Formats: sequence, structure tokens, C-alpha cells
Amino acid sequence: MSEYILEMQNIVKEFPGVRALDNVNFKVRKGEIHALVGENGAGKSTLMKILSGVYPYGTYEGKILINGKEQRFSNTKDSENAGVGIVYQELTLVKQMNICENIYLGNEFQKFGVINWNKAMSETKKLLKEVGLTESPATKIINLGIGKQQLVEIAKALSKNIKILILDEPTAALNEDDTENLLKIIRKLKEDGISCIYISHKLKEVKAIADTITILRDGKTIATYTNDEKVTQDKIITGMVGRQINQLFPKEEHTPGDVMLEVKDWTVYNPELPDRKIIDNVSFKARKGEILGVAGLMGSGRTELMMSLFGAFGIKKSGKVYIDGEEVKIKEPREAIEKGLCYLSEDRKKSGLVLMMDVKENITLASLKKISGLMGINENEEIKISNHYVDALKIKTPSIEQKTRNLSGGNQQKVVIAKWLMAEPKVLILDEPTRGIDVGAKYEIYNIMNELADRGVCIIMISSELPEVLGMSDRILVMHEGKITAELDYKEATQEKVMYFATGSGDLELASK
Amino acid sequence: MISKAKGNNKAIDIIKFSLRNNIRQYTMFIALIGIMLIFSVLSDVFLTPRNLSILFLQTAHIAILACGVVLVIVAGHIDLSIGAVVGLTGAIVAILQAKFGLGVVPAIIITLGVGALIGIWQGYWVAYRDVPAFIVTLAGMMIFNGLLLGITNGETIPTNNTFNKIGQDYIPTLFLKNSPRDMIPHDTTVIILIIVIIGYLWMEFRKRKERIRYGFDILPKSLFIVKISLVILLITTVFLIMAFYLGIPYSILLLMLIGSLYTFLTTKTTFGRQVYAIGGNREAAKLSGINIRKRTLWIFISSGILGAIGGIIYTARVGSAAASAGQGMELDVIAAAIIGGTSTLGGEGTIVGAIIGALVMATLNNGMLLLDVGTTQRLIVRGLVLLLAVWVDISSRKNKS
Repeated sequence: MSEYILEMQNIVKEFPGVRALDNVNFKVRKGEIHALVGENGAGKSTLMKILSGVYPYGTYEGKILINGKEQRFSNTKDSENAGVGIVYQELTLVKQMNICENIYLGNEFQKFGVINWNKAMSETKKLLKEVGLTESPATKIINLGIGKQQLVEIAKALSKNIKILILDEPTAALNEDDTENLLKIIRKLKEDGISCIYISHKLKEVKAIADTITILRDGKTIATYTNDEKVTQDKIITGMVGRQINQLFPKEEHTPGDVMLEVKDWTVYNPELPDRKIIDNVSFKARKGEILGVAGLMGSGRTELMMSLFGAFGIKKSGKVYIDGEEVKIKEPREAIEKGLCYLSEDRKKSGLVLMMDVKENITLASLKKISGLMGINENEEIKISNHYVDALKIKTPSIEQKTRNLSGGNQQKVVIAKWLMAEPKVLILDEPTRGIDVGAKYEIYNIMNELADRGVCIIMISSELPEVLGMSDRILVMHEGKITAELDYKEATQEKVMYFATGSGDLELASK
Repeated sequence: MISKAKGNNKAIDIIKFSLRNNIRQYTMFIALIGIMLIFSVLSDVFLTPRNLSILFLQTAHIAILACGVVLVIVAGHIDLSIGAVVGLTGAIVAILQAKFGLGVVPAIIITLGVGALIGIWQGYWVAYRDVPAFIVTLAGMMIFNGLLLGITNGETIPTNNTFNKIGQDYIPTLFLKNSPRDMIPHDTTVIILIIVIIGYLWMEFRKRKERIRYGFDILPKSLFIVKISLVILLITTVFLIMAFYLGIPYSILLLMLIGSLYTFLTTKTTFGRQVYAIGGNREAAKLSGINIRKRTLWIFISSGILGAIGGIIYTARVGSAAASAGQGMELDVIAAAIIGGTSTLGGEGTIVGAIIGALVMATLNNGMLLLDVGTTQRLIVRGLVLLLAVWVDISSRKNKS
């Protein structure tokens, strides 16, 4: 018998145009806690989706061995049967149902379709004890705190007799007590012989709990360390980001002017958990004609910060916002646009474009007033303006009457950018402006950003790609858990430094300043 | 075809593009013609000006109501209260005249006001209280049915002849007394036809001139002439059918006005564009600064007012208001909109399509009546046609993507 419960060998997974996993090797020993770390998009989730059967056998190359035996999962049920259980970051419980119903959902003790609830209840009780919950199995999920919901998810995984438990960012939404408790439960499970794959951005936790740490970067296994004193957070960070920046960015020196956007003591509470702050007392300034980069890992609150300023996120908010020296109180995107603040969302298909509308209708959507008179929308004006942006941004489309759903990702993104350019923003927030688009289109979007900055627009760019942040920004804000943990000039910024602050490793240092 | 000049705009390509972009309307239109052809073969009476005029008259209120529900469905909502609103407003307009002695005009104005209030009430709950439109209008249906029963006491209230003209009568002749038997056309109808054609030509030529001024591509002359000839032929056919019977009914005149107004509203105004955006992608619409609540409120106000207009026409056509009036009418209206290509998922749909949809349903009904098909079979056929139309639409969309 092998000493490894799980071996993933030479895993290659390709998506159209991207090699998401490139010869990844990943081995987990029996009864160990194995941390998997890496930046956003490093391939962690893809690897776990292969392991849990979401991407079935045949859609990837390489081998999966469990206890030395090769596995070919065609769905998630297969992987569960082989002993693999996964708890996703986004909890998948049905809130209106109780604990017992959730745990055995789709997996009921049944005979001829009739459920044996007594058996389910008593089994649930045993499982809850294992994860340290004293609640009755009949408690509705909606009445549990987020920490306890997480434990129910783990209990649900355990109900399937698993040997390998995957936890994807389990502490992202937890406070310190809940985190502490969760780590305790994981250690206990380890004693019971369950191996755990622990994915997290929080390196302190990783250091505290992991036996082994594997670092992924750009779809490759960089290193696997045994967690001891020699493996410092710095060493992990270097592994996570230590790539050569060989992509060229059209970096330009901008001459930032007056402060265009100022945010003071901005705090936003979670709309679903009103006592938790998603954005915690953030203050920053952005200037005319500069590109301000915002870096941070998943869950750091970058998007929430920008969307709350734009009036599209959060109900309970406090703090002050000034645009061009004037205090503004923005409750809805409409008001933000009127004040000259525009926001390009990170998901263009979900919240940027109306896919069934054509190019021109999307471009003019936020500025219809500018082209309408008494006789309604002036179609000729609309065509003229749309053609102008199609030319200026080099949008490749057979016609401005082409439905946007038929365009490529890069061209779709340019249409959304055109929409915001037409609204003539003073502050333009770009959330992941180059996500999922090809290199050529990326480069063109960088050029557009530079041009806008030269024209005096204040640009704020959120990006998960460190080289992009470093390559394009004049100044970089780093966020971690709803706070700005660092503000760096582009000249002093390095990937390591940014990641250091993005993983919260800088907390102590900042506190002592 | 509007994009930048490529110089290779062959007539065939333009036709192809136009066909591809408007395939659903063309399909429905062709289906309508097909159904009409079948009935005209099966029945001698079907294709007479008299029968077709009556057919138009029977469709008027459904088609008018469908214009309103198109907006509602395009925005991603539904209105189940249409039938109840028709019943209630119909009773109100009758009672105001019969029991309060109001004249026709004040009674109509008050009734339209009631329609607007109903729209504000339902729109408020949907837009500002976030209750799903399905529930709000289902509740509305019960409430308005209750009110209808309350104010009519279950009795039938007859309406006077002047009022009934709105639903039954034809616009008067100016010079000649028309007589269908002697093939003397209705002169006012012909005059209106000429005005409509001149208006249409003026619009087309102005549009062409404007496009030239902007330096955009225009249709090649030959195609332009073909296009306007076809449209004029169509308009002329419809008008002549009516001219060779008793002329244009008032209710059809109203439908033409409302249809034009709503076509303008949906295709040429900021309001219309925003409604389509809301239905197409609510999140993107919100992030583009569209005031979704306000738009939603106005959509329901429009539906309420059109409900009142429908109530007035329907009552006038029947000649009385009854406690059972309008029951189930919402289903005919929604079916018309959906057969006419309005997407149940929101974001897509046209006024012309909905009017054609209403005509398809009415034609089926009328034709089968002429063939002595029983109510049972008629209902089944209409149900199947609705199912078929939506299925064809959905499967054609799948093929596209």
C-alpha cells in the first residue's frame, strides 16, 4: 500500500485558449492536512473540480490514484463513492430546510421513495457530534450562523463516508472564534484518519494548521513543502508570485492632477449578515489623470468597495465620498453616473451587457438622454456615435446592429467600455477589465486606459493579475479582509510586496507603525 | 446594413439580413396569411369584406390590451388582472352613465382615470414593494372581480346607443353613402387611406434624406421602391377590405392610433429602450443608471389605462356591462403577445407582433366558427397553436445559438 491516499499525476486541463493546469502533480498522505495555496486563477479550483468529478474523466489528461488505485470519475457521485468530499466556499445548503434534510439531501435513507426520518435523525445527531455541534437535527439552516452552517456542510460531507475532505476557502466568511473552532474540528477529523485538502488565502491559518503545503502558480506545481519553521510566509509568497514578468505593458508616466475622488472612513456592512463589516473604515484618494491599481485576493472586498461607492452594493454604509472636491451621497448607480462616477463590472455577461441587444443599443444605454429629443431617440445620432466608438476602440463587429451575444469576449468588453466612455466619466472604475480576453485585446484596452488617463480621467483598476497591476498602475492599493493594508508607488511595488499585504501578512507590521 | 459603407451592399444581402433579424415577425405574418388562405378555401364566407371587418372588430380590444401587456412581459413581469380590469372599468363606465347620468365623454374620462389608479396601485406594489407581479396582479384580479360584483350587484347594466357606437359602429361617410352591395367604397376610409399612405411616404423619404445627410448607407433605389410598394400594398389591402364593407370601425381606428403610439414608444423612446434593457438584463440595466422602479410603475400605469380602454370598447361592443365581463380575457391577451413573439423571459417582443398574434387567434376562432366547429374543438386548437408557436420560437432560438 502506498503512503499516499491521493495521488494526482501529470494533470493537464485545457479550456479554449487557456492551459489552466499544466502537468500538475499533487499528493496527499493519509491523515494529513495538506494546504493548497496560490493566487486567484492559479488553478486550485480547477484541480479540485477534477478531483471531485465536476470535470469528468476524459476532459483532462493525467491520472488520479486513490489508495494506489486509478479512478475515473464521470460525475460527483463517483468521487463521493471513492471517498472524496468537497465543501465549497459558497455554501450549498437549502436555507429553508433543516439540518437533517440538508445532510441527506439526494442521499436519503429510503425505501420505495419513502424516507426513514427516524434513522436520518439519529445518524445526523452522530454526525453533528463529530463536528462539535449541539443543535437539534431539526433546526432550520436559516437559524444558524455562518460558522455553524460551515460545520453542517462538513457533517454533510462526512455522512458520505469520505476519506478526503476538500475545504475551499472555509474561513473566508468566518470571524476569529468561528475560524478557531473550525481549525479545531479539522484537527480532530485528522485524528480520526480523514485527510484534508485545505485551500486558503490566509497564510497565517495555513501555517498554523497544515502539515504540508503545495504551491500552485499559473497552473503549475511550484513546490511542496513540509510545514516547518524553515517555511516562512515570505517563502510561500515568493513561490506564489515568483514569475518572471515577460509580458510587456504599455506603461506610461502620467502626471496626476488634483484629487478627483476622495473616500473617508468608508464602512459597508454585509447585507446578509448586518453585524459583519465587508469594508472596514477605508480611506483613499484618487487623482485626475492617474491609474490607481487595486490588488487583493478573493474575498478582500475590492469589488464590494467599488460597487458600494457606485451605489450598487450595500445597504448600511457610513463614511464620506467627495468627487472633484464636492461631497456626494450616492444611493443608486444613476446618481453616481450623474456625478461622473462610472463602474465597469467584473462580469460583463452577467451585469455589463444586455446580450440580446445590439452593439449600438448597448453603447448608448447609459447615455440615452444625450441622443434623445422630443421625437424620441435620434437614431441617426445613435448610429453616428456608435460608429465613432466602434472605430476609436477598434471593436470588431460586422455591424453596429450585431447582437452583442455574438461578439468575442474582448469585443464585448470594448462595447461596455464604450458605454462608459459615452457617459463621460470623471472617475472610471474598471473591475477586472481584461479578464478572459485575448492578449491582443488586452493590449488595446491598456492603450485605451492610458489615453483616458492622459485626457484627465481618474482611472481605478481592480485586477487579480499582479503583473497587470504592477505594469499599468501609477499607485497601488492592496486590500485584505475589507481593509486597505498598503498603498504602494509603482516604483517600489513588487509582486512579493503586494502579495505580502494581500495575504494579511502585514497586519502586525502596520499595527506597529 | 446600417454600418459603415462597404460598397458591396447587394440587394440580396440586405434582404437576407433583414429576414434574419426579423424572422419571428415574418414567420407569424406568413402563418397568419396561411391560416387565412386555408379558411378561404374551406369557407366561401371567410374572405368577404363583411366577415373580415367583423373579424377586425372582434379583435380590436384584445389587440389594444396586448399592446400594454407586451411592455409588461418585455420588462420581465406579467399582468393577470387584465380581464378583471376590463370587467371593472366596463362596469364603471356603464354605471356612470346609467345611474349617475353622466355624458359619454366625462364617463370615459373618469374611467380612464380609474384605469390609471389601478395601474398606480399595482405598479406601486411591484416596483416599490418588490412583490412579484404574478402575485400582485393575481391579487388584483380577485380584488377587481370583487369590486365588479359589488358595484353591479350581479346585474347587467345596459349602455346607451351613443356610447355603444365606440364598439359597434363605423366612422361616418363624408360625401357618398356607401353601399357594400353596389361596390361603392366608403369614402372617408379611402381618404384616410390616402392620408396614411402620404404620411408613410413622407416618413420614408425624410428618413432617407436624413441618412444621406449623415452620410450613412441607404437602401439601393430598386429595393427601396420594392419595400415601400409592399408596405403600401399591405396598408391598401387592409383599408380596402373595410372600405368595401361599412368603413373603418371606431375601435379599429383606436387600435391603429394606440398601435402606432406604442410602436413609437417601444422603438423610438428612451423609456421603451430602457424597458427592453430591464427585461434583457436587469443587473446591467441597473448598473447603467436606469431607474427601474419608476419605469416599472409606468409600465403598470400604461397597462391599467389600456385595460380601461379595453373595458370601454368591450362594453360598448356588447352593449352592456355584466358581472362576468372580461373573465379569462387576460389569457387571450397574453397568448396574443406571446404568439406574436414576445419572450416570456423578457427583453424581446414587438407591438406589431402582438397585434398579429391577436389576429391569428381571432382568425382561428372566426374561421372555425364559420366551419361550425364546436367550442370544445376551438379551445383545443387555440391551445395547441399557442403551444406550437412558443415551441417553434424556442427551438429556432436554440438553433441560432
